[in-house]
Amino acid sequence: MKVLVPVKRVVDYNIKPRVAADGSGVETQGVKMSMNPFDEIALEEALRLREKGHAQEVVAVSIGPQAAQDTLRTAMAMGADRAILIRTDAELEPLAVAKLLQAVVEREQPGLVSMGKQAIDDDMNATGQILAAKLGWPQGTFASEVIIDNGSAIVSREIDGGVEVVSLTLPAVITADLRLNEPRYASLPNIMKARKKPLETIEAGSLDVDIAPRLKVVSVSEPPAREAGVIVESVEELVNKLKTEAKVLP
Amino acid sequence: MTQSPNDAQNTVEREEMAFDVVIVGGGPAGLAAAIRLRQKNPTLGVCVLEKGSEIGAHIVSGAVIEPKALTELLPDWKERGAPLKTPVSEEKLLYLTKQGSIPVPALHLLMPQMDNRGNYVVSLGDLCRWLGQQAELFGVEIYPGFTGAQLHIEDGCVCGVITGDMGVDRDGNHKSEFMPGMILRARQVILAEGARGSLSQDVISHYKLRENADPQTYGLGIKEVWEIPKENHRPGFVQHSFGWPLDNHTYGGAFLYHFGENLVSYGFVTALDYRNPWLSPFEEMQRTKQHPAFRPHFEGGRRIIYGARALSEGGFQSLPKLTFPGGVLTGDCAGFLNMPKIKGTHTALKSGMIAADAVSEALRSTNPEAQTYQERLQNSWLWSELYEARNIRPSFSKWGMQLGALYSGIDSMIFRGKAPWTLHHPHADHQTLISAKEAPKIDYPKPDGTLTFDRTSSVYLSNLSHDDNQPVHLKLRDAALWNEVNEARFASPESRYCPAGVYEANTRDNGETYLQINAQNCVHCKSCDIKDPTQNIRWCPPEGGSGPNYPSGM
Repeated sequence: MKVLVPVKRVVDYNIKPRVAADGSGVETQGVKMSMNPFDEIALEEALRLREKGHAQEVVAVSIGPQAAQDTLRTAMAMGADRAILIRTDAELEPLAVAKLLQAVVEREQPGLVSMGKQAIDDDMNATGQILAAKLGWPQGTFASEVIIDNGSAIVSREIDGGVEVVSLTLPAVITADLRLNEPRYASLPNIMKARKKPLETIEAGSLDVDIAPRLKVVSVSEPPAREAGVIVESVEELVNKLKTEAKVLP
Repeated sequence: MTQSPNDAQNTVEREEMAFDVVIVGGGPAGLAAAIRLRQKNPTLGVCVLEKGSEIGAHIVSGAVIEPKALTELLPDWKERGAPLKTPVSEEKLLYLTKQGSIPVPALHLLMPQMDNRGNYVVSLGDLCRWLGQQAELFGVEIYPGFTGAQLHIEDGCVCGVITGDMGVDRDGNHKSEFMPGMILRARQVILAEGARGSLSQDVISHYKLRENADPQTYGLGIKEVWEIPKENHRPGFVQHSFGWPLDNHTYGGAFLYHFGENLVSYGFVTALDYRNPWLSPFEEMQRTKQHPAFRPHFEGGRRIIYGARALSEGGFQSLPKLTFPGGVLTGDCAGFLNMPKIKGTHTALKSGMIAADAVSEALRSTNPEAQTYQERLQNSWLWSELYEARNIRPSFSKWGMQLGALYSGIDSMIFRGKAPWTLHHPHADHQTLISAKEAPKIDYPKPDGTLTFDRTSSVYLSNLSHDDNQPVHLKLRDAALWNEVNEARFASPESRYCPAGVYEANTRDNGETYLQINAQNCVHCKSCDIKDPTQNIRWCPPEGGSGPNYPSGM
């Protein structure tokens, strides 16, 4: 079986995002970018499936500008066998991403798509679901455990208040949640080897997919700054403030 | 050698890789050395280790730079798109009183070192990112996210570097993703770690490289980057100050530069040989912004980056022996910064280049020591520059700020740096504190949240990455000694000099006091390793990729 792992280049999770001075969006110029952490988890799971003998090949795919190939090199340094870059400078919404991925799936014919449940930049949490629908495949979202057994995948899903276990017939789409695994580090020799692994670039325009945006960003703003606290002298003063200032007591 | 945060560091099996040269540190010195080596010999295998998550992630500097060394390294830097975009256009040196300021007149005549005509205001982080790209074009292999944890020594000769282990938990146990560090063998190791590098400290003590040199003396630079309204931006405006708020015994001052796209780089350097344990370099930096000579520059702006880093101030007298069997010291871990000029980038670049020349020659011989390094340095402009500057910094420790400034004028104007004497640095920075009881307390104003800030909101802007579940990389060797000395005599000075709020003097339920170490806040400035009065705190490299992630503009 071949596993396809979509990986997204996002603002690194350690970076505090800053709204650009003109309010048009989040500042990305000169900001450290790295692989979406949920995609790292999805990739780790794919690599483990290959190590257990359930998969023979792990293919990483990213959609974005030329610089997204850095993310693909990281994926190959972690262990992906090869990589595909769907190159575009356009802003993409989940629907467009799912359509582009559908085209890749039709070309590559994987037995499983293992992807992050959401990207930490736009927090859409939609691409995996849309892709499964487009392909007509079963989906196991928010996975915290994946067991491959005889042509199906047993997926434990993290849901409100517990765990739901579903069985999917392969091929399927699985989206990874935080507790699925702890991704490995890329070792120095593997980073070196990754530089020589095949990376194919496909222009998004050549795939005959409508990627025009359906949404319009109206405004982007930072959360209001937290106001300084005050130390109250007595319980009476506290109660009084809760009534008159915070208005949480009648 | 280096005590690793992970005690099991020496018991695991390690893979090996071999290079001709391994360089520790991806700052200006290390990258210049790497580029120069490949320019000399494009077949050399050159590897650069960088503990930050990317090149530039841990770089903090003012920075006004002199382009001389860069032009020698890459004469076509303009065509290559080097980020030197803001030439210095206007320059001031101010002596501050509490409310007033007196500009030093005829600055370029009186203090020729402060003449910044022809220099550029840059983000050193961005310059390093660009240098990293150039180095890769020359075929250098750069590995960010990997620390040099230990030196690999065989038969008394440094034969490589051991990278740090990854995936170790707080108690030293291996996690599921554990990855042991590797032995990177090298015929020569170039240390370019910046001020107070941990491997440099090891090598200096192991090979006794400081026997004929003064102690190194340091400053702590704390910096903010602001974005200000376009109409207030004066690209290339450069201002330095001395005097208020520091007392006459404390060396230091503020800098403020307008550069880039509506950015202002503001910072404050406090010499770490200060005496008063109540002093807080962080608060000095904050309150200086309120002075009328600085305040207007921040109006309508917002603070976007915060960081801190120690720098070497000792200069010529404090340079250790620079070679050892199997390697060399370059840049600020050797101490090449020119303090009167307040510049270390051109000297770091130049020392890296000269080291590379000496190293590439040593690789063609059987000599394990790059012996021509010293001689090449002595024949370079770098050596005469540092020699001529040598008496300025120590004159301030000797006679205080006001007489020191007077002496500096005479030394520069009349002797042109060629005075027939050399002033020395009599002590290391950890020896200078006086007891808290004898020292005046300092009443610092509370932060207003608009112009001045507390440590917590500041460190937030350093984009720290640090897995809490990793070994504490700031090692307190003897907890009782902290109670006895730091707490009893100096009222816990680390809680004030640490610019990131790592250290807190806390009390347990039973009334015992102890030093709480919030290692995840550490911005890798190294001040604790320098200033701790009994050298009881040791800074070790944490897991690779940890620490600040300074963005573009820093």
